[in-house]
Amino acid sequence: MSVLQENDSLPLLEVRHLSKFFGKQLGCHDISFAVSPAEVIGVVGESGSGKSTLLDCIAGRLKSSNGAVLFNSSVGMLDLCRCDEALVRKIIRTQTGYVTQNASQGLKMHISAGGNIGEKLMANGMRNYRQIRKEALAWLAKVEIDPGRIDDLPSTFSGGMQQRLQIAANLVNAPKIMLMDEPTSGLDVSVQARLIDVLRKLVSGLNLSMILVTHDLAVARLLCHRLYVMKQGKIVESGLSDQILDDPRQPYTQLLVSSVLKP
Amino acid sequence: MPPLSYNFAYLDEQSKKMIRRAILKALAIPGFQVPFGGREMPLPYGWGTGGIQLTASVIGPDDRLKVIDQGSDDTVNAISIKQFFTKTAGIDTTEETVKATIIQTRHRIPETPLQKGQIMVFQVPIPEPLQFIEPRQTQTAKMHAFEEYGSMHVKLYEDIAKFDRIATAFDYPVQVHGRYIMSPSPIPKYDNPKLHQSPAIHLFGAGREKRIYAVPPFTDVISLDFEDYPFELEQWDGACAVCGSQNSFLDEILTDDKGTRVFICSDTEYCKNNAGKNTP
Ligand SMILES: [Zn+2]
Repeated sequence: MSVLQENDSLPLLEVRHLSKFFGKQLGCHDISFAVSPAEVIGVVGESGSGKSTLLDCIAGRLKSSNGAVLFNSSVGMLDLCRCDEALVRKIIRTQTGYVTQNASQGLKMHISAGGNIGEKLMANGMRNYRQIRKEALAWLAKVEIDPGRIDDLPSTFSGGMQQRLQIAANLVNAPKIMLMDEPTSGLDVSVQARLIDVLRKLVSGLNLSMILVTHDLAVARLLCHRLYVMKQGKIVESGLSDQILDDPRQPYTQLLVSSVLKP
Repeated sequence: MPPLSYNFAYLDEQSKKMIRRAILKALAIPGFQVPFGGREMPLPYGWGTGGIQLTASVIGPDDRLKVIDQGSDDTVNAISIKQFFTKTAGIDTTEETVKATIIQTRHRIPETPLQKGQIMVFQVPIPEPLQFIEPRQTQTAKMHAFEEYGSMHVKLYEDIAKFDRIATAFDYPVQVHGRYIMSPSPIPKYDNPKLHQSPAIHLFGAGREKRIYAVPPFTDVISLDFEDYPFELEQWDGACAVCGSQNSFLDEILTDDKGTRVFICSDTEYCKNNAGKNTP
């Protein structure tokens, strides 16, 4: 098993030369970057640029063709692409979160809001109903959902509330890193703003790392410390968010930025 | 004698061997769902084809078969299954739990304690206990393999949130031998404790889903619960109106159109015996 020694000076997560092919078609190619504890990384690009493929490889939802995803877990540095599947599933379940664009895929729509938040607690062994309930109520409040809605089904929630519920259900077991795939797309601008606000508060309070995949550069600027720009499966430019967005070097990035800045 | 056109107990010997191999595997890994190449039976799904295939594979000429449906030996379903085996295997049937060597059932485990050497055969409609939380079979297989069972409690959580108690009364999930989560479907939770450390062999067959699972004798079978909402058996205010039993699963029966109701043992054979004991 590929366990190196645990070291706090190491990055929390490091992607090394990661590639994913679908047959002959390229998903993403030779991607390398590192995420430090409490750092928020953005991966931006048009749809089809390979950014969601990259995220799914990191999350273990897709099997990468080449490369490594090193994770500084509670049991040391692990290559999530190589170690024992049982261990990887446990690490992913207990130490990472995954928020999808479509809340109906990330939530169990036939289970109450409280049940959705409590699921990870129960999956990690909590067997006290009142304690689960207490945690669920607290998390609803943290993501600004009326705790009185704890027993309601997510299908009765607005799109923005569903996304906030999905975030609570992922944060409840205190993951080290959150992977987010276009969490704001499809929401009204004002609803987006509130979601981003909640996310910013949570991220700063929890010492949480995040990889955010988005096509929305405004969202990326508000949340991310550093950005990676992807085009046709490869990273074409990277740097601090403000630097990339204010002074893009690559023609592709310049195009992306200018198309957003147009009214 | 069975008619010559059928093999003993209807199934051909190859099929029986294949099913017996699956049964042995199921007994070796208590609570684990073993896939098997289910055979077409001359009965529709829902009539216990999974159970019938198990019974056909383990029954011998000296066996005495009891069949219960809703706790009763004389429903249409129970009678037709018994007739199927008397015709195809020429075996004896009985209504007495103590005399039966194989008991095929749909809804109940008899109140009369089972003994060493007896085989319970359950007809199972839904073998997968994780189906409620995860409909994809590829995922449930992994959840079983990696023992990812915490989400089973979500179902119980939802019950308590709605009813302030665990309202699941049938098909109440259990953990077998400290490992696999199993659906004892569709018996009432009242019968769950009868599986725990039972001296009998318990075989479960799902015809449509083509799965076999088992609880070997003297195996731990524990019902899931919460620390602050422990597993509890249902209780009734009264006793059986026929035999007076207070330790039996009771059915509620309306006796007139004014809503007058009485409680009567669901296990008719037990009730008959118990009533006999009480009247000298
Ligand atoms: Zn009775």
